[in-house]
Amino acid sequence: MTVKSDLPQGTLELLVLKVVALGPVHGYAIAQRLQHVSRYVVQVPQGSLYPALHRLENRGLLAADWKETETGREAKFYRLTRKGRAQLEKEAASWERLTEAVGLILGLSEGGAQ
Amino acid sequence: MTWWHRLLRRRQLEDQLDKELRFHLEQHTADLIARGDDPEEARRQARLALGSPEQVKEECRDARGTRWVEDLAQDLRYALRTLRQRPGFAAVALLTLALGIGATTVMFTLINGVLLKPLHFPDPDRLLTLNEQTKGITDYRWGDLWAYSYPNYLDCKRQSSSLDMAAWRYNGGTVSAPGEAEHVDGAEISSALFPVLGVTLSRGRTFVPEDDQPGGAPVAIISYGLWQRHYGGSSAAIGRPLVFEGKSYTVVGVAPSGLRLSWEPDVFTPIGQNTQPYMQMRDAHPGIEVWARLRPGATLEEAQTELAVIGRRLASKYPKTNTGRGFLARPLRQELVVELIGADRGTLWLLLGAVSLVLLIACVNVASLLLARAVSRERELAMRVALGASRGRLARQCLTESAMLGLAGGALGVWLAVVGTGPFVAIWPGSLPRAEEAQLDWHVLVFALAVSLLSGFLFGLAPALRTPTHHLDQILRAGARTVAESSRRLHSGLVISEIALAVVLLVSAGILGKTLLRLSSLDPGIDLRNLLVTRAALAPAVLANPKRIPTAWQELLDRIRRLPGVQSATMVDTVPMREGNNQIGYWTTSALPEKHQMPLALSSSVTPDYLKVMGIPLLEGRFFDDHDRMGSKPVIVIDEVMAKHAFGSKDPIGKNLWMPDMPCIGPKGETFHDCTNPYEVVGVVGHVRYWGLAGDDQAHVRDQFYYPFAQVPDPFLARWSELMSIVVRTKIPPLSLLEPLRREVRGATGDQVLYEVYTMQQLASRSLAQQRFLLLLFGIFAGLALLLACIGIYGVLAYVTSRRVPEIGVRMAFGASARDVMQLVLGQSLVMIFAGVGVGTAAAFIAARLLEHLVTGVRSIEPLTFVVMICVLVVAALTASFLPARRASRVDPMRALREE
Repeated sequence: MTVKSDLPQGTLELLVLKVVALGPVHGYAIAQRLQHVSRYVVQVPQGSLYPALHRLENRGLLAADWKETETGREAKFYRLTRKGRAQLEKEAASWERLTEAVGLILGLSEGGAQ
Repeated sequence: MTWWHRLLRRRQLEDQLDKELRFHLEQHTADLIARGDDPEEARRQARLALGSPEQVKEECRDARGTRWVEDLAQDLRYALRTLRQRPGFAAVALLTLALGIGATTVMFTLINGVLLKPLHFPDPDRLLTLNEQTKGITDYRWGDLWAYSYPNYLDCKRQSSSLDMAAWRYNGGTVSAPGEAEHVDGAEISSALFPVLGVTLSRGRTFVPEDDQPGGAPVAIISYGLWQRHYGGSSAAIGRPLVFEGKSYTVVGVAPSGLRLSWEPDVFTPIGQNTQPYMQMRDAHPGIEVWARLRPGATLEEAQTELAVIGRRLASKYPKTNTGRGFLARPLRQELVVELIGADRGTLWLLLGAVSLVLLIACVNVASLLLARAVSRERELAMRVALGASRGRLARQCLTESAMLGLAGGALGVWLAVVGTGPFVAIWPGSLPRAEEAQLDWHVLVFALAVSLLSGFLFGLAPALRTPTHHLDQILRAGARTVAESSRRLHSGLVISEIALAVVLLVSAGILGKTLLRLSSLDPGIDLRNLLVTRAALAPAVLANPKRIPTAWQELLDRIRRLPGVQSATMVDTVPMREGNNQIGYWTTSALPEKHQMPLALSSSVTPDYLKVMGIPLLEGRFFDDHDRMGSKPVIVIDEVMAKHAFGSKDPIGKNLWMPDMPCIGPKGETFHDCTNPYEVVGVVGHVRYWGLAGDDQAHVRDQFYYPFAQVPDPFLARWSELMSIVVRTKIPPLSLLEPLRREVRGATGDQVLYEVYTMQQLASRSLAQQRFLLLLFGIFAGLALLLACIGIYGVLAYVTSRRVPEIGVRMAFGASARDVMQLVLGQSLVMIFAGVGVGTAAAFIAARLLEHLVTGVRSIEPLTFVVMICVLVVAALTASFLPARRASRVDPMRALREE
């Protein structure tokens, strides 16, 4: 088992937004998908998923409806609002800029900086 | 879903949250089972992965953002419950707070009404007051600011484009018809005054520019009050005649009720019709008030610049009078309030300060009550921390409770303030200007709210900070009957600060008491007993003819002297300890310096009986007699202070003094000023405390001299007669003579009235009114402070010793006597008392300096007063400690140990 690192602050919400962007989905499925996608790198504590979902819902980035699942049970399905989509794009872009910049700095060779 | 929805649909949200988490767990378990796990194990795994559902729920609740409201509601319920459990505690705390906050709110209501509220005119911030300003010439009281002269006002008004200017001046007199004759305050006003102030008359019209010039029709505007008194509020009053100062005016308007300038005038007449010569002078004149309103768009700075330009223009046009003379505009509200309040302003703030100290003591008391309770609840709190309550949450709960106490106390306090402000204003010495403005408004409410919350925070802070976080196990394990060292320190700290505050108030009260005693025992310089002082107005018909005036006064005095009960009677223009004085510059040689370099003396014009009637001792030479008259050598009598000031150790009798401002006639028969004839000093008399018992020592002008009324030249007689007062020495209580006197003075035409009637004793006592009033209040505050401090000391000691019962039991079991135990407890209280006295004495010195600065006659260094007041406190505090000490000494060691 490899060493798993904690999520950097704020990234959980970004990841959640991204997962929900793929289509209406309930909390458990989000947890599964996150775990699946990032199995060996990032630890997503399931306990912090729900507070994050509720925060996003209260901020109006997500909306929720109670619907039946394929197995016929009622579950709370989250979907992205227009505001949520805009936020996702903004945060994704800034995340990319950040990683790019960090990558650039880490890629500098010793003494390479003038 | 909005915040409000989330708050209101709490229950629904809770259900959904529960359902969502259950779904998660069940789904996870089902997946794990499907993968082949044992159902029991699968459930365990799923639960582990999610973590404690309660904790997740808590965090989700936090995410709603409505959390604090729910907590608050919970805290409030909790606080209410704990308070209801101990109604005695709640009652004491509430009462203490209500008193403190109520007293503070009363003071603030006054300060708000009197000092802070805007004036009752539309758009009051654009109103200005204007003064002349001189370079180089300063007066001790007003500095380099002077009242306007009428010609300068007219020039400024004509030339200014940024200001609408108006003028007025005081003009009191007798209204003799219709109705009963009455002396009233009046004002001569320019036609622009009402428009500039934005005042609309309740009836009739304002003056028009045609009224406001020499020879205009005699018209008058009357006050609402005068309209009611003399015209019965009839609308037919407009156009009816009004006889004021013997002259008939036509009433053209009625002012709105409650209209005041610096005071409330009853009769307004046009200032432009005043043709007295001094109205045309630019330098020597009695002065007029000039108020102005900024025209739309203009600023104070622009007005200032413009006035400076006008000032320079006038200076080059009239170099003799206007060189170095400029004009200054200032916001009216500020100046009016300063003028209205004068010394009262400092008194108001002083009282607010004193009252805040009482409030602080009340807070400290409640804090120590709360703290005692918090300590006894320590185990409960420790338990809650152990169960997961955060420290912040507990502190918030404590503060909620104290804020609730504070607000409840505040509500009671506001009620007390509403009830108490009226009576308080009524006992204010003299009349407090603008006191009618002192009412509850939202400023006061905001203030009371802030004070309540602040005091809630203050007294809740100590208990809140004491919520346990460390050594929970120890607290939980330890018996209930231990007092942590830290809480004992905190308790002592509270008692010490309480005592310190009480010392400040006690010493202040002591100093005021001492001051009052000292001032009352001072020799006023006159025999105060059986003296009646009243202003009297001669009939206007008499005043119109100067030749008749001296005889009229003479006859009046003779008639008064013949009244039964009258011993003697005299006349004087300025009465000691009453408002009004006449300051005149003097010099000992004829080579006069500039006017403002001459020393000033208080002048009084009197009849020869004055000295005898007032009981002033004659020290040297003679007083006036009937030979001092017009045409004989002008003479004066000076007091001992002036004798020393002007002549040092030399004998003043027979010396000359030059006084250019005395009423005299120049070589060409012209009146006023630059009088070159000397006055011969014929006598020296005792000093009179003219400025009141309190103020005389500090007064700037203490020199006094007298001159004979008989030597006042004819052209001045009418003006002087308007100022004259009659002083009567009686054989019976002076006020019982008032009615016969009124009847006697009324005269043939029925229009000679007495007004401003006092006994000399009333005037003397009034001159100490501020001191007496402050002493009364400080006495009450200090008494309250002493009481609260004693309750505080008693409470803390009773509490601390009750917690120490087991320890005391052990001590006694080991052979300590009841005496030793008492010494132990009293020793503990003595340490607190002396620490408090130490801190308090230092603070009291500062308070004393403040009093010395604000209250005339106070001396800050009064060692005896300090010692006496501190002894009072120490004795009271020790008495309060005695009960708990005695109770401790009667502890039964066996029972005490068994309780442990």
